[in-house]
Amino acid sequence: MGLFILRRLGVMIVTALCLTFIVFFLTNLYPNLEKLAKSQGNVRMSDEAVESFLDKRGYLDPMPVKFGRWLGVVPGWVTEAPDGTVTGRCFAKDTPPEQRPAFCGVLQGNWGQSTVFKDDVGSIVLERLGKTGKLMGFVLLVMVPASLIVGVLAGMREGSALDRSLSTFSIATTATPEYVSGVIFIAVFSSSAFGLKWFKGSARSAMEDITFENFTLPVLTIALYGMGYIARMTRASMTEVMTTQYIRTARLKGVSFGNIVLKHALRNALIAPFTVIMLQIPWLLNGVVIVETLFNYRGFGWVLVQAAGGNDIELLLAVSVVSVIVVLLTQLISDIGYVILNPRIRIS
Amino acid sequence: MEPLTWTGTLSGLNVAFFAVVVALALSVVARMFFAVFGPAAARPGVNSDGTLTGPVGVSGVLSKAVRYSFFALATLVLIYVLGGVILGTRAGIVGGLARNMLPVWIALIVLFAVSITFKRKLGLYGKLFDSTIGMIGFALVMFWVFTGIMGGAFDMLITHDPLSQFPGMKNKLPGTPLSGAGEQDYQWFLLGGDNLARDVFSRLIKGAWIVVKIAPMATLFAFMVGITLGLPAGYYSGRLDTFLSFLANLILAFPVILLFYLLVTPEIVATGIPNFMAAVLFAFPIIFCAVLLNARYFTQPALRTPLLIVVLGGLVWTYLALISNNGSIVANDSYRIPGLPAAVDWIDMGSGLLTVFVAVVFVNAPTVFRIVRGLALDIKTRDYVAAAQTRGEGPWYIMLWEILPNARGPLIVDFCLRIGYTTILLGTLGFFGLGLESESPDWGTTINSGRQLLSIYPHAAMAPAFALMTLVLGLNLLADGLREESLRD
Repeated sequence: MGLFILRRLGVMIVTALCLTFIVFFLTNLYPNLEKLAKSQGNVRMSDEAVESFLDKRGYLDPMPVKFGRWLGVVPGWVTEAPDGTVTGRCFAKDTPPEQRPAFCGVLQGNWGQSTVFKDDVGSIVLERLGKTGKLMGFVLLVMVPASLIVGVLAGMREGSALDRSLSTFSIATTATPEYVSGVIFIAVFSSSAFGLKWFKGSARSAMEDITFENFTLPVLTIALYGMGYIARMTRASMTEVMTTQYIRTARLKGVSFGNIVLKHALRNALIAPFTVIMLQIPWLLNGVVIVETLFNYRGFGWVLVQAAGGNDIELLLAVSVVSVIVVLLTQLISDIGYVILNPRIRIS
Repeated sequence: MEPLTWTGTLSGLNVAFFAVVVALALSVVARMFFAVFGPAAARPGVNSDGTLTGPVGVSGVLSKAVRYSFFALATLVLIYVLGGVILGTRAGIVGGLARNMLPVWIALIVLFAVSITFKRKLGLYGKLFDSTIGMIGFALVMFWVFTGIMGGAFDMLITHDPLSQFPGMKNKLPGTPLSGAGEQDYQWFLLGGDNLARDVFSRLIKGAWIVVKIAPMATLFAFMVGITLGLPAGYYSGRLDTFLSFLANLILAFPVILLFYLLVTPEIVATGIPNFMAAVLFAFPIIFCAVLLNARYFTQPALRTPLLIVVLGGLVWTYLALISNNGSIVANDSYRIPGLPAAVDWIDMGSGLLTVFVAVVFVNAPTVFRIVRGLALDIKTRDYVAAAQTRGEGPWYIMLWEILPNARGPLIVDFCLRIGYTTILLGTLGFFGLGLESESPDWGTTINSGRQLLSIYPHAAMAPAFALMTLVLGLNLLADGLREESLRD
């Protein structure tokens, strides 16, 4: 087991490195850098000015060198202007020369500066992740119990009317992406056209103070799209368990149907949905990006859109590192959890 | 002219309609409640002569109530549509819509009549008509397919030009008469005007064409890539499998939206990377067909050689036409790779559309790869594969002519689901304003531009939202029906 986890961690690090390099490569292509220079400096910069702007900041060095700098295994760039002022990646202008470190990258704990927000990337990502964490927490709180209940109810009597109604419901939710359900929810529950105005169509005030009124719609929008899939998987697992021998035995013994479902079937039926729920979490990230844009909730997803729109290289790299870690960590947890929950599987 | 109401002269039916909707909702909820908390499942009643009647007791009554209210609802909808076809806009907005969609109704009726008549001779497709869910799904999908083809390719259903702006029609509600309409103009904006005073209804129909054009083709390409790489990965296992699976997981670990932002921005398009990706990804169907035919017919060179020349010739031409644009494959300031000259370039695909296409194929292919690989791993242990190996068949023959046909059931079902997912992805791209032009009538872009005024004028965003939902729902129901029917035998 220990070796298995170690190997998975190794694969995780390699994957994260490859992915960040791809992001790094794509964001550092010349047209992107040109756009960055023009948005940072002056929109009407000449080609030469763009070139010198980029050259001074080390953007025109070879790709592996730049990536090494970001990682912190290659010394940061240092440029000496003709008038003697020295600028560098790793220090501010007023840092005394003897305190200037040579390396500053992710390995040294320095995630760089955001060009869009003019702030430290590490603190931006942490702050926004906290906001998104709240949103995700509420989503999971709504989504997981609801989908498990729907799945178990549908799966306990396969082919019954209840099963068909609930299955149609879960198919309908998987067919409604966040930007569709979000738009419909806002139109119906918060627009003057329908006149219901039960909730708020913007979750901006929820960043400081979460209320039922401003947080229901975003949470519901994400939860609904993810629900259908988990419910269907739970249903499949439940129907499989309900056809097993030990359930038949319990029935023949005269155990009541409620007791069969709750005491005999449920524990075994919930092993597979655990994996599905863990693997669904990275998918929620997509929903988070859409919903945060739609409801103007400035969390991690909103930062992703802003960073990608402004080609904010270091912020985008941090964002992709975080999302890759989320993806791979949930995969790892789901594998380990599956082994722990299911005694029939043991990794030798 | 008066603005249209929703149902016009048929509005007397509205009370009945809402009553039936409430009855259906109540009976469904009651039946579900009873199924959970009531006694065990409904049993058929037994008559004194030994024959059976329908379920008795409360649950029997409830299921009857559900069935009859559903039939009543279907009948009322049919009356609305038929009345609309006959009365036109005198039956309100619904009537106007029904009359405009007349060619689609006719096409649907013909398709269903022919299919149901010959359903026993049509294999899996015919069996679809045994399942209600599958039929509903198929009807929804074909509705949008016909709408897309007739409205988009032949300009039949639309009432106004989807791109031109009409003075005085900005943000007008559904059913508003067109101000300053000429004699031959259509007199109303059936679904209202958007924030740039364009007709929402016509844009909706043009948007259907964009989806119908891209989604199935992109899914097909993703399947070609996934199958061509997934079969050897599953069949050979070992190093190849480890390497390809690592690549697939790498792409899957990306958040889709980040990938879209990285691939579909004008700056990246300027570097030509999407064109190179297109050149690689679109080559897979050629490889697939070449290997498929060669593996089967290489023992008969007299048949194989001409067949391959004809098939590959056509495919390579299509391939070059697809990836070249204005006579070049990649053209930017620093270099240019010449492609097919414009005279023989019969596919006119703008670079924006090509980029969207590539991005969607790229995102879908790894998932298909994993499915195919899993199926191949399972099927290669079967006896008929061992028999083929004993006969001395080559590995590609076994993969493509023994394993692949036996994996077709799950693959067909996933194909339907994946078209739906691709539709959602296209909408996502539009929603973030990536790839397609900002005046493009596709549904995602329309939702995005409509959401600014959502709390005051929701109709401009609601129409494409409902359209997208019904299409994807139809595809999911279709997949469900197909799965059910393919499992039956």
